[in-house]
Amino acid sequence: MEKGLETTGIPSMEELEKTPGFPSSKRLMEGPVAVIECLQEIPCDPCETACPLGAIEVGKPITNLPELDEDKCTGCGICIPLCPGLAIFVIDYTYSEDEALVTFPYEFLPLPEEDSLVNATDRSGRPLTKGRIVKVLARKQFDRTVVVSIAVLKKYAQRVRGIVLNRGKGE
Amino acid sequence: MLTTDVVVVGGGSAGLAAAIESSKAGAEVLLIDENARPGGQLFKQIHKFFGSRRHYAGIRGFEIGRRLLEEAHKNEVEIKLNTIIFGILGNKIGIVEDKTHAKWLKAKTIIFSCGASEKLISFPGWTLPGVMGAGAAQTIINLHRVLPGSRFLMIGSGNVGLVVSYQILQAGAEVVAIIEALPKIGGYGIHASKIRRAGVQIAVSHTIKEAYGKDKVEAVTIGALDKNMNLVPGSEKRFKVDVICLAVGLKPNIELPLMAGCETMFLANLGGQVPIHDENMETTVEGIYVAGDCAGIEEVSTAIESGRLAGIAVAEKLGYLTKNEAYDVKVNLREVLDELRGGPFGMQRKYAKQQLIRRAAHLKGV
Repeated sequence: MEKGLETTGIPSMEELEKTPGFPSSKRLMEGPVAVIECLQEIPCDPCETACPLGAIEVGKPITNLPELDEDKCTGCGICIPLCPGLAIFVIDYTYSEDEALVTFPYEFLPLPEEDSLVNATDRSGRPLTKGRIVKVLARKQFDRTVVVSIAVLKKYAQRVRGIVLNRGKGE
Repeated sequence: MLTTDVVVVGGGSAGLAAAIESSKAGAEVLLIDENARPGGQLFKQIHKFFGSRRHYAGIRGFEIGRRLLEEAHKNEVEIKLNTIIFGILGNKIGIVEDKTHAKWLKAKTIIFSCGASEKLISFPGWTLPGVMGAGAAQTIINLHRVLPGSRFLMIGSGNVGLVVSYQILQAGAEVVAIIEALPKIGGYGIHASKIRRAGVQIAVSHTIKEAYGKDKVEAVTIGALDKNMNLVPGSEKRFKVDVICLAVGLKPNIELPLMAGCETMFLANLGGQVPIHDENMETTVEGIYVAGDCAGIEEVSTAIESGRLAGIAVAEKLGYLTKNEAYDVKVNLREVLDELRGGPFGMQRKYAKQQLIRRAAHLKGV
């Protein structure tokens, strides 16, 4: 089947690298940074004011793609639950010797437990590797979007975008 | 007979916004809705909305509904619920209150914001219980808190199909697949990515062939489509499902505008037959306005802004706002609407709206 967002719902690496919200590989290696997987010009701009450091710009018209200023971004992740499209992630390649930390929005119950080992899934929801849940952040101002951080081997960090919990049916 | 300045028909996002603006300007506003609760589709929208901060972006739909309702109450909009309109005769509106009392109201102006209905497609087995509109499934799940099944097939990959699929998963059921007849996903990539990450397949160039079951849906056959939209022989797959959701588009509810004599035109990009309206949202019948999906299928943000525009225009018509007072607000609202209809998803709607406005100008001899 043809690859790419329009036919599969999964953005390809080529498409992602072309978007202004995607950090350079150099910046990714330097520490936590936002990865904005927003590829289509739709009228939406809450990410712009979500960032307290002004690292995300949409400007006018409102259909502009969000542009990440990767030098201003500290990877704090406050933008993650404020993006209505759940399209922002934070990757920290400096998390440990061999692991990276991937932080993503999560809107399902039950919530994962901190320190548990779970299946980390890729952009198609397929289990890719095991990962350790490092943090589960539920705040009132996130309005029911929970922010989950999972530690996975570095080589998986650019592909892991979620988790699947064992719901008793096998994984 | 009671005469009101403005009667707003339909209390969804557009109707509430229109009623708020007219009332704020000083007009006496009566909002009529056939449902037990106002808010239209907003109270079943549990996802965070797109748009700009001015359109409550990032806020979940039901919360937007709550805020609009609060604003309507604050601005003394009178809301009549459980009220059905059976007829429009000139400036007279025939209503049935509480399903029992029929009476006539008189209105100086009317704003129709009666929303949209789901389109359906037919196939062998489509009359089985378990085949339903995606919007109906969303109502059953999010408003009535009942899961109509455990394994869903979604037909249509527009935003409704994608968003409702996600909410079916959140409610604890399974979505076996989303199928789309066209070779491309119809809705926003962001919604599609979200549902893919949750493990749901989206099959483009696929259609439903048949639904099976004795007393209700038990299984379905889907198949691939070639580029001429013909079923590819041998591509059929059969699997178990207990609900088939149809998310194949919406059409404006134009019955009441038609009864009032409003002329319509066919614009596929706005959902079908749409009442012709000018840049003030006024139809071909003087004093009758349209707003929201009733004036062409769009999104909540555009529905709210078109409602505001109609509300302001009506207040101006009735003399509650001077031409100058209304002018700046209307120009600003039109700019916002234009911006919201930008980008590859909005362009077609923008052109279609321009066509409507040009036709209105032609008919009114402007």
